Amino acid sequence: MDISGVRARNNVVVTGRDDGPVVMLSHGFGCDQNMWRLIAPDLARDFRVVLFDHVGAGRSDLSAWRRERYASLDGYADDVLEICRELDLSRVVFVGHSVSAMIGVLAAIREPNRFAQLILLAPSPRYIDDDGYRGGFSHADIDELLQSLESNYLGWSAAMAPVIMGNPDRPELGEELTNSFCRTDPDIARVFARATFLSDNRDDLARVRVPTLVLDCRHDAIAPPEVGDFVHAQIPGSARRTLAATGHCPQLSAPQATLEAIAAFASTAR
Amino acid sequence: MMSDTGQEREPSEPGDRRQQATFGELLEDSAEDLYENAPCGYLSTLLDGQIAKVNTTLLKWLGYRRDELVGRRSFSDLLTIGGRIYHETHFAPLLSMQGEIGGVALELRAADGTRLPVLITSTVKKGADGQPLLIRTTVFDARDRRAYEQELLRARQEAERERERLQEVLSILQRSLLPPSLTNVPGLQTAAHYHIASADQVGGDFYDLFPLGPDRWGFFLGDVSGKGAEAANITSLIRHTLREAAVHDSDPVGVLHRLNTAVHAQYRSHDPRYCTVIFGVLTRDGDGFTVTLASGGHPPALLLRGDGGAAYLHTPGGLLVGIMAEASFTAATVRLALGDTLMLYTDGLTEARTSREADPMSLYGEQSLLDFATGLAPADAATVITAVRQLLAGFGEGLDDDAAVMALSMPFSGGHAT
Repeated sequence: MDISGVRARNNVVVTGRDDGPVVMLSHGFGCDQNMWRLIAPDLARDFRVVLFDHVGAGRSDLSAWRRERYASLDGYADDVLEICRELDLSRVVFVGHSVSAMIGVLAAIREPNRFAQLILLAPSPRYIDDDGYRGGFSHADIDELLQSLESNYLGWSAAMAPVIMGNPDRPELGEELTNSFCRTDPDIARVFARATFLSDNRDDLARVRVPTLVLDCRHDAIAPPEVGDFVHAQIPGSARRTLAATGHCPQLSAPQATLEAIAAFASTAR
Repeated sequence: MMSDTGQEREPSEPGDRRQQATFGELLEDSAEDLYENAPCGYLSTLLDGQIAKVNTTLLKWLGYRRDELVGRRSFSDLLTIGGRIYHETHFAPLLSMQGEIGGVALELRAADGTRLPVLITSTVKKGADGQPLLIRTTVFDARDRRAYEQELLRARQEAERERERLQEVLSILQRSLLPPSLTNVPGLQTAAHYHIASADQVGGDFYDLFPLGPDRWGFFLGDVSGKGAEAANITSLIRHTLREAAVHDSDPVGVLHRLNTAVHAQYRSHDPRYCTVIFGVLTRDGDGFTVTLASGGHPPALLLRGDGGAAYLHTPGGLLVGIMAEASFTAATVRLALGDTLMLYTDGLTEARTSREADPMSLYGEQSLLDFATGLAPADAATVITAVRQLLAGFGEGLDDDAAVMALSMPFSGGHAT
């Protein structure tokens, strides 16, 4: 696939300083690259910022979606590496939110030399409780989510009627875009939800050889602090910061603190 | 109020006074009472979700006391686990980015563990400085609506199951109209492919190859008008008639006449139907085969030569089969020598839309097919069918009709049925 192919497939947007270190922002399950809208402009002052949508989300090319490829996190990690390769990125500071944290872990294990740092924002390597491990959810909980996606989308489909328009990356147009940041084809959302909430990447953590910051929130129903402790303990030499923030999306609920934590760690990259 | 009208009315219409008193009582209705006992739930939370205020209606629905919720629980605590994940990954980010979100279906958990399906609308209240202060949420009871949606969902799942069942029946019916494999003809390689446009309908294309004697074989390939059950019915009649007629009549033109009579007799009265077909007879002839074929309105067969090059075998003037009581058909004869391949196809192939940029509706056409075959030749039957399959796959959405292809070749290396 050529450059324009990968760019269009993942709706890649590059902003910021051309000569700055590369910060790649990768969104999680639910919405799209707009999740970074409150911190990307500030990061762009010092860094070259690479934003993209995972295939199936936002304004990615839905025709590129394949169930086999995107039924596991490896497919998403392949996409991250393809974007890096096609844009000829190196020394990348990869910031992965939620499930993208593990996507970044998988990518960094495969091509460690591509990455300068990993910043894992509200990460969880395993959402389901297991012998002696607390992920915060039971199998039944996740089954309930997957089942409720089916009925919830009946409600969502009306709310998320596709809004066709040009530039979702321009925040000034935000008001016209009712709910479109998070619109997802229900079939695609189901497959992504399964890949997200049924994966187990605990054994991958110890294989990370890239300097890593575990950045989580004090009150997060999806990735509670014990999970952050676990990730920090498993990744050799990782740093840890817990933001005084509530919710699973600190880049929206506490953008300034999140921005500062990312910028401070990224500026130590060599 | 103008005093003169008041004076006019008051004494004469005592009923109005009662009405005014009633309105007065309504107007006494305090905003507080309206909030507390509104026919929907009200909930205000801090930006982090902590419940700051909740109305009596919602407390009643959920079976909580006010002091159990205010300052103690957050909105997402009231959700089911699935709903909580949904809230964190969709609802909260959207609310934050848009300042409002409406019509979201969630389930609340009541104090006794029961679930209340609701529709939620939230807005962010901002202070004078434009900074967000708190989140206001209205909660509508959606039990009836959710029950209705569950019915729709169940009906949809049932319809999907029915559709799968129908597709299975159709695919069995479709298979019954095609030979499971082509008859083995010593020295000849044979291959065929059938592209079915829709799993929801029986296609109207057909083909077959069958023995007529020690060194003679009959074959045909055609296309009936229409699709579906009626098309399956006429296809069955055509196959039966052609096989039967070929036994009694050694001339392909004669066989098509018999077929024309049978189809016309069967379908003229209520529901005119017709088909296009090429019928041929293969006769072993020394180290090759003589092929005599007749066409009833069907696209011409293609001959790929063993020494390269390709040409159509034109059979001009042949009429559609079954339209007229009396029809005329024309025959052509060709010798199949070492390396030659005879290819028959239906118009699903030549009428596929190629979506060229200059003309998005342009069809593939006979000239393109001839160029394609010329590029392939020499090629044995298996190679031709593989190439055609790739060609068909390349049409993508442009291929919206059934397409059948059959190829007969005398390969250099000796033939096998495939």
